[in-house]
Amino acid sequence: MHGLINRAIQSFVCATYGRPCWLRATQTVGLGFSEFEPMLLYDVNTSGRILDALCADLKRPRAEFLEDLGTYLVSHPNTEDLRRLLRFGGVTYIEFLHSLDDLSDRVRLAVSDLKLPALELTENAPGDFTLHCFPGLPGYSSVMTGVLRAMADDYGALVMLSHDGCQGEVEVISITLVESAFAAGRRFELGARKP
Amino acid sequence: MMKIGELASLLETLCPMFVLLDETGRIRQVGPTLQKLRPDQPMEGTGFLELFDLIRPRAVTTFPALMATAGGKLHLKFRDEPRTALKGLIAPLPGCGGAVINLSFGISILDAVRDYALTSADFSGTDLAIELLYLVEAKSAAMEASRSLNLRLQGAMLAAEEQAYTDTLTGLKNRRAMDHILGHLIQTKSRFSLMNLDLDFFKSVNDRLGHAAGDYVLQQAAKIMLEETRGDDTVARVGGDEFVIIFKGLLDSGKLRSIADRLIDKLGKPMSFEGAACSISASIGTALSTQFDAPTAAGMLHAADLALYAAKRDGRSCHRLYCALSHAQQ
Repeated sequence: MHGLINRAIQSFVCATYGRPCWLRATQTVGLGFSEFEPMLLYDVNTSGRILDALCADLKRPRAEFLEDLGTYLVSHPNTEDLRRLLRFGGVTYIEFLHSLDDLSDRVRLAVSDLKLPALELTENAPGDFTLHCFPGLPGYSSVMTGVLRAMADDYGALVMLSHDGCQGEVEVISITLVESAFAAGRRFELGARKP
Repeated sequence: MMKIGELASLLETLCPMFVLLDETGRIRQVGPTLQKLRPDQPMEGTGFLELFDLIRPRAVTTFPALMATAGGKLHLKFRDEPRTALKGLIAPLPGCGGAVINLSFGISILDAVRDYALTSADFSGTDLAIELLYLVEAKSAAMEASRSLNLRLQGAMLAAEEQAYTDTLTGLKNRRAMDHILGHLIQTKSRFSLMNLDLDFFKSVNDRLGHAAGDYVLQQAAKIMLEETRGDDTVARVGGDEFVIIFKGLLDSGKLRSIADRLIDKLGKPMSFEGAACSISASIGTALSTQFDAPTAAGMLHAADLALYAAKRDGRSCHRLYCALSHAQQ
């Protein structure tokens, strides 16, 4: 498993539930260390075991936990870089939704060994979309639900999201855009200088 | 044949940084993104070469010369500040003497989006500018993560090296470190002296009072050796109760003798561990690199060893200098 994924979990837990909670989980699974390096690769089972330990400790269903992780990745100042990269996907929320088809390729351009599952967006009717999450990373569709929700806030769009279960191995998220300019949203400048 | 007006509206859709020139080289119309770069200065009516400075090909200063570059790549800059660099391509208009120049930012894109607050809408849908900006940010973030990993690994490596060169019980250098330093001194043909120091009766302390007492004695002995030597001397524990001290640049046998005497004196004073007296003493043999025509690490250690044996033979608690002549006679 790519270190960036484990690091994302670590960062979310430390920022949301505090470092002691994170340390408890690493001890429960007998990790032997407490810091994931974002640019190293780890055993494929580690992430799942860490998630099990965290969800048991926090008494939260895994899907809910992962959805919050997705929201964190877009909305927390710690991960502003990631929000910006996602905003490059389009000028409007609808453009952003369409850019999800290219997301795994975009990710690979940035970090060549980070392979995320393919996503496919279909527009059923104006404002009514379905996002298909292909297999490869358990829980990815839950994280994406959180990401989609937070990105809607970022663009100032009002959406309704629901995780509609599976079609075979493919997980389905349905997205209904109620209003694309519901709120002001957050600013995005192409050439923002780092502070 | 298409009218000029129709052509301009077509260009506006396809190339938002186009320039339409009349037959004299004056700007007839520009694309919205190009005009955005000089919002208070309408470009229409201005001579193209009054607005832009041609960097390559440099010889071009007139409109006919500019037209002659058709098909080749142009590098130009605004004449006023900010002097943003642009790339361009000129295509003469058939029949009427005018031309179309399509401009783009090239590598100056990163500064340009900041300087002019450009947005996605300022670029044509087929322009790779947005993808380029995305890549730059994504790669910078990935590079930053790799760089911080490298820094942490470097720190860990230094700590591991330090550990690999340190005797963990006493904090002195270990044999590896001593070999390394000795090798370096020989290689650089430095002058130095080398002391071999053995703790006498250490084994009996260990046997009689246990390992904890033995460890304590070694730590106290190490402390004394550090106190009696200079900061850039090397004090290494090379065996259970064997030490080597290297004095770089010190070859005065009188001074070495007095250092050895002080060491023997201090190490000979009884130490107390949990109420029990631990008595040891020290024997020392010293060799000087100047005693050899071509000193080697093994030769220096062997010479200091011979001097140490002589000190032990002479009743311990004493110091002997290696003497090349007496050794040759043996």
